[in-house]
Amino acid sequence: MAAVETREKVSALAEKYKYGFVTDIEMERAPRGLSEDIVRFISAKKGEPDWMLEWRLGAYCRWTGMREPNWARVHYPRIDYQNAYYYAAPKNTPAKQSLDEVDPKLLETYNKLGIPLSEQKLLAGVAVDAVFDSVSVATTFKEKLNEAGVIFCPISEAIRDYPELVRKYLGTVVPVTDNFFATLNSAVFSDGTFVYVPKGVRCPMELSTYFRINASETGQFERTLIVADEGAYVSYLEGCTAPKRDENQLHAAVVELVALDGAEIKYSTVQNWYPGDEAGKGGIYNFVTKRGDCRGRDSKISWTQVETGSAITWKYPSCILRGDNSVGEFYSIAIANHFQQADTGTKMLHLGRNTRSRIVSKGISAGRAQNTYRGLVSVHPKAANARNHTQCDSLLIGKQCGAHTVPYIESRNPSARIEHEATTSKIAEDQLFYCLQRGIGQEEAVALIVNGFCREVLQQLPMEFAVEAQKLVGISLEGSVG
Amino acid sequence: MLEITDLHAAVGGKEILKGVSLTVNAGEVHAIMGPNGSGKSTLSYVLAGRAGYEITGGTIRYRGEDLTALAPEERAAKGVFLAMQYPVEIPGVTTLTFLKTALNAQRRARGDSELDAMGVLKRVRAKAAELKVSEEMLKRPLNVGFSGGEKKRLEILQMALFEPKLAILDETDSGLDIDALKLVAEGVNALRSPERAMLVITHYQRLLQYIVPDRVHVLSAGRIIKEGGAELAHELEARGYEGIVKDAA
Repeated sequence: MAAVETREKVSALAEKYKYGFVTDIEMERAPRGLSEDIVRFISAKKGEPDWMLEWRLGAYCRWTGMREPNWARVHYPRIDYQNAYYYAAPKNTPAKQSLDEVDPKLLETYNKLGIPLSEQKLLAGVAVDAVFDSVSVATTFKEKLNEAGVIFCPISEAIRDYPELVRKYLGTVVPVTDNFFATLNSAVFSDGTFVYVPKGVRCPMELSTYFRINASETGQFERTLIVADEGAYVSYLEGCTAPKRDENQLHAAVVELVALDGAEIKYSTVQNWYPGDEAGKGGIYNFVTKRGDCRGRDSKISWTQVETGSAITWKYPSCILRGDNSVGEFYSIAIANHFQQADTGTKMLHLGRNTRSRIVSKGISAGRAQNTYRGLVSVHPKAANARNHTQCDSLLIGKQCGAHTVPYIESRNPSARIEHEATTSKIAEDQLFYCLQRGIGQEEAVALIVNGFCREVLQQLPMEFAVEAQKLVGISLEGSVG
Repeated sequence: MLEITDLHAAVGGKEILKGVSLTVNAGEVHAIMGPNGSGKSTLSYVLAGRAGYEITGGTIRYRGEDLTALAPEERAAKGVFLAMQYPVEIPGVTTLTFLKTALNAQRRARGDSELDAMGVLKRVRAKAAELKVSEEMLKRPLNVGFSGGEKKRLEILQMALFEPKLAILDETDSGLDIDALKLVAEGVNALRSPERAMLVITHYQRLLQYIVPDRVHVLSAGRIIKEGGAELAHELEARGYEGIVKDAA
């Protein structure tokens, strides 16, 4: 119920704000384009304190002088940033009255994933009148977290309720000036998640956006900040295996993780946004900046991602291994089918002594898709005894797709040990025939073989997530052989 | 059960089978023998429906149905099983997962209910002990790093698990030492039944000492050149393929 109150407060504040286009309180959407006024409008709508507005304006000012990066192996028509909307209130999207109004293809996928009806409605943006199950789940969930002292809330709430914590950490891992998309996000971020796990606390449950009230309202410029204080542990699950109903084409999220001495953060993502149709029309452009800072000694950050959606994926979850003995891990599955383009990988920056990193990347390309692993392992002069092991495997399905591996390795310390292994393979005809002969149909056979190929990464996911992710792997590759 | 009439088949445009006719009734075990390159494996792949093996003439009836009209996985669900000469490795997929997926796919196709992991494991365990397939083997990725004997034992285990009506064993004896051969043969013999037909394809007579066939067919250059009872296998052993081929010419 706090959420409703908050929303009321916000709109009340917004009403007081006197900009030309705000006078109409019914207005749920800022006009097209990006300007200082729009940034002020967004901040006002959210009832933000001055420091936050200044921060956003600084980012905006910086962004106007920046250029969109073009080094990734992705091709897309020029994005007209002045023709996009940067603020749309959640209520703006008209709720559908029943599942009958929802794209049948979407429903088919939900059914294949075994998602219950009530959740299907929520995901598809259908008005849910009855109290649905997860509300009570969410309540018990909140109580447990409170007991443990864990803060888990929308970042807009955190900015108001825990300003000192947010100010201390926001932008310290991904600076406002970091890159074109991160800077854009800093100026206009809509909402996101804030997590703080206090000293010595092991978060009593997996945190999932799925259970956060209003989770579906975070919008296209999501901002996430997770801080694990000394000796704390948290596992965070982002996203959902069901495809998101979404009309926004451009997504530019920023995720920052901070692990202090002895802390551990495990961050798992399953991204299944609209990839465009079989002819390559439509689909989400996903330009994400994710970075974790192992700020303390003996800290650990582990990224696991299953990327099956989006027309374009531009994403490099990274670890800054600053603390001595800190550990960074990156486990990735990237599937690109039809006309999807994925350029994804990681950066492991070894700054501290005895830092270790491990990279396991599984790229699957089918149809006419292009899939690139791009990674950097960098060992700085002071990082004595740094260790890295990288394994990059690519699987090709069909003859028209491509797999590319672009590893950068920089070592400025002679004691570093860096290993890189890469393989490229195809689903062999004899493997397929063997499955068929045992009664397994073509699509199930492909799913089985690909899941086997991805096993090392799938094993990193929390149990319930892994089961759904396995199904998703199969669904994403439907129609890829034939 | 199986009725092959004047079957012609080509691989890559080259005709390999040049008019094979063969009838196998339920309860019978037939052996197909022949030198390398005679078309034995082609016959097994044609029966299983492998892509690239093109039927250019003749018919295959299986339990009254045109077998060639069915997709490979449909044939499997209807009880056609091919124990392969070179079982394929599938990295990352545990043997048990594979067995469960296959068994349930077949059950689904037949309109039976699917079994859960425990249900599958129970069935697998019941068959595994006799074939010396260990629990540890079931947890390893399918055929990855398996010895020749382990791979063949697993093929027979699958045959026992799927309970096919027509089992084709393609060079199941290749790569086996004598102990492994006996074990596999015992497994096969245990599956002989009045409802089941078997086609044992082999180069050597050795296997047929343990799996005694009702009929033996000698395949040479894509044609069956001689047929007889179990004693034909012994004759082949004594005279070699060359002698038989000369007689037929």
